[in-house]
Amino acid sequence: MSGAVSGGTAWAGAIRFRSLTLGYDRHPAVHHLDGIIAAGDLLAVVGPNGAGKSTLLKGIVGEIRPLDGTVEAGPRSGAVAYLPQAAEIDRSFPLSVLDLVAMGLWRPLGAWRSLTRQRARLIEALAAVGLTGFEDRPIGTLSGGQFQRALFARLILQDARIILLDEPFTGIDERTTGDLLALIRGWHREGRTVVAALHDLSQVRAHFPSTLVLARRPIAWGPTREVLTPSVLARALRLSEAWDEAAAICRHETHHEAHPTDGAGADGTHDHGHDHHDHHGHGHAHAHHGAVS
Amino acid sequence: MTLADLTDILVGPFVEFGFMRRALAGCLALSLSAPPLGVFLMLRRMSLMSEAMSHAILPGAAAGFLVAGLSLPAMTLGGLVAGLAVALAAGLVTRSTVLKEDASLAAFYLISLAGGVFLVSLRGSQVDLLHILFGTVLALDDDALTLLGGIASLTLVALALLYRPLVIECVDPLFLRTVSRAGGPVHSAFLALVVVNLVGGFQALGTLLAVGLMLLPAITARFWAADLSGLIPVAMLVSMLSSVTGLLVSYHAGIRLPTGPAIVLAAGALYLVSMVVGPRGGLIHRLVRRRHLEA
Repeated sequence: MSGAVSGGTAWAGAIRFRSLTLGYDRHPAVHHLDGIIAAGDLLAVVGPNGAGKSTLLKGIVGEIRPLDGTVEAGPRSGAVAYLPQAAEIDRSFPLSVLDLVAMGLWRPLGAWRSLTRQRARLIEALAAVGLTGFEDRPIGTLSGGQFQRALFARLILQDARIILLDEPFTGIDERTTGDLLALIRGWHREGRTVVAALHDLSQVRAHFPSTLVLARRPIAWGPTREVLTPSVLARALRLSEAWDEAAAICRHETHHEAHPTDGAGADGTHDHGHDHHDHHGHGHAHAHHGAVS
Repeated sequence: MTLADLTDILVGPFVEFGFMRRALAGCLALSLSAPPLGVFLMLRRMSLMSEAMSHAILPGAAAGFLVAGLSLPAMTLGGLVAGLAVALAAGLVTRSTVLKEDASLAAFYLISLAGGVFLVSLRGSQVDLLHILFGTVLALDDDALTLLGGIASLTLVALALLYRPLVIECVDPLFLRTVSRAGGPVHSAFLALVVVNLVGGFQALGTLLAVGLMLLPAITARFWAADLSGLIPVAMLVSMLSSVTGLLVSYHAGIRLPTGPAIVLAAGALYLVSMVVGPRGGLIHRLVRRRHLEA
């Protein structure tokens, strides 16, 4: 945390990128991303395969370290809940559904505090995802959709201010997808920040108020209906997937050292009343209002 | 055969001989601590890792032997240092380079094993090497028993403290990383417990066979219990049963049957029987297909 930005309730739950570059073997998968995900936003991250969607979420949760720049959650945001695309979960481990879901209570309970009094809460979370009666089933016997529901129950119990979902509906049937989308809308109503990497554009149009189109660089970022245009999508497709083994060293200057308060509240699409409006308007993708950098 | 005969066979040796009682106490202590670790190793698909670790402690034990002869504290300390060094080095390499844990561990234990054999051959005869490899369960002195009891207590307390993060780390390491930094330390602590138990076990059974009492009961338990709350007690029971059986068989056998291998062979026999008759995926239960349920 830099502390360069003043506090205020709107910051808790927000995520700020400053020239964030993430990648593998020095090759950027997300290149110089600047901007703010406002607290309480329900943001879809879309883009072709290899556009850096999963990488961006991994960067936010701290699973990979930035090659350059920073990503930070606002103060008092608490822990980030993260549902990875291909969970590394060992489903052959002899664990009951209830025990899997109970992991969501790690924050308040830690390693030693008793779970027995939390049983009602666990059952309630399972009921919220439609898994009543599955408490004692081994996780290995669940179908793909049921397992994803169980992971959502764990997310409910994590009670996080910021929730990251990486392709949560891949291989999941329509009914389950509908149920889980309803949960996500509920989180949105509760003021939680939800960021989901998705590829189903009609789903994004129907349920996600704002969208970030990513193709390594941010192509467009703003209200979904302004952003998801054919020209933007075509551009995204053209720009991604270029892996150049002999790519030159990036000479892009990172600005955040020069302008410590830059970017705070520069977000014109979401009026959350930040006090900072000292946007310096430098050259790269502060791509709000669907602007194309 | 009368009941008195049976009592004579089963209980007699322990009543009659102090060294048999000591051997039994040592093996029962080891049966409480090693099998639960074996259960976690098996569930993490790290079964062979304990085999590698058992080789890794050899040079330390050998170094202790070179310095102080057949001295329990020296060899124990040496084994602990070597085992923990290999476990930590392998963990460090795994976290900071591209190597996976099995590869980095294999590299270190091979170096360690070769170093150990080299050290042993510097001095000492073949007999000494056999002692290190196969242990002397019938010659456990007070110090060795105290060590085994201490290790069993330490292991059970530590497992109770680590249980929840250890289970999460086994099932969903990424989740544990996102909610806590406990993952790395918990994994290291677990490996340290494995090392400590192998070092304790090699007093009784030798480095090679200590692994047997750690893993065979755990693998056997898989055929009898479905979840951790069943696996761990069943593994302990199997281990105790193997210890008693091995001690008795080796005592009564007409030929000279070394006790350490007898115990592990007993555990092996229980494994083979369980594989056939075990209710959880045993052979017979697979062959005899019961009709499926309605829903």
